[in-house]
Amino acid sequence: MRQARSPDLILVLPMKAPRHIYSMNAWRYMVLLMVVVGSTLGDAFVSRGMKELGKITFSRWDDLLLAVTNPWVALGTLLLVLFFTSYLSALSWADLSYIMPATAFGNVLTGLLARFALHERIPVTRWAGILLITAGVGFIARGPSWTVHEEREARAERDA
Amino acid sequence: MSHHVLEFGLILLLVLFNSGGDLLMARAMRRVGDVDALRKNAGIPGVIKAVLTTPLFYAALLCMAAGYFSLLTALSRLDLSVVIPAVSSVTYLTTLLGARFFLREHLDRRRWVAGLVVLGGVVLLALD
Repeated sequence: MRQARSPDLILVLPMKAPRHIYSMNAWRYMVLLMVVVGSTLGDAFVSRGMKELGKITFSRWDDLLLAVTNPWVALGTLLLVLFFTSYLSALSWADLSYIMPATAFGNVLTGLLARFALHERIPVTRWAGILLITAGVGFIARGPSWTVHEEREARAERDA
Repeated sequence: MSHHVLEFGLILLLVLFNSGGDLLMARAMRRVGDVDALRKNAGIPGVIKAVLTTPLFYAALLCMAAGYFSLLTALSRLDLSVVIPAVSSVTYLTTLLGARFFLREHLDRRRWVAGLVVLGGVVLLALD
């Protein structure tokens, strides 16, 4: 049984259901920010630390265990754990198609970091890409984070 | 010739695992339910228990792990500048389509436009 797709339904339901089930709030925007920052900085820190450590070969795979003692790798790993838990949390209350553009925003962060922290030259195509992603994210952030599902409907009724 | 087929297959596999991992994880967390509400009722241990007792969570995790190891394999055979752009842009599109047809999310015009605009941005970043 499919739900009707009328936009009215989406507008009406949040009022009937408990508020926390359908709405974004300051905390949830924070969680999305942690998804972006955690994955971007986590990857950057781990890759920086791994470069300091040098190549890991199959015969010396146990070097991987020592990698965590490198402060960059440790901090990066911590950030990646933060990313993963925030990501799981976000998936529980927002659509994947809502979160995806937000996570792509990490590319923007990487670009800005490269320009202003590492003083790299950014080619025009990359600025254009950054602009498009920012525009897309701004566009989607103003829309609803949820869509109506029978599964969620049933849960909302059960929890109410 | 034959090694091109292998490389193409590897990238396809990578896209499949990456998209599959995200889609399965989204479905798993949907089954777990709103974790903010859950935390209010059962605390953080309750949230952890709810996630760890969802079988789909492990399927998603397995898929993500497979994606990670295929990435390592792909990087040992192909250039970073080939793998990352190809995989990130194609994965974005397949995940968007998966959200619509597998997760049955309601992609209104706003979502489609935003998704395709961001895809355009990802492709542009992939080009340089």
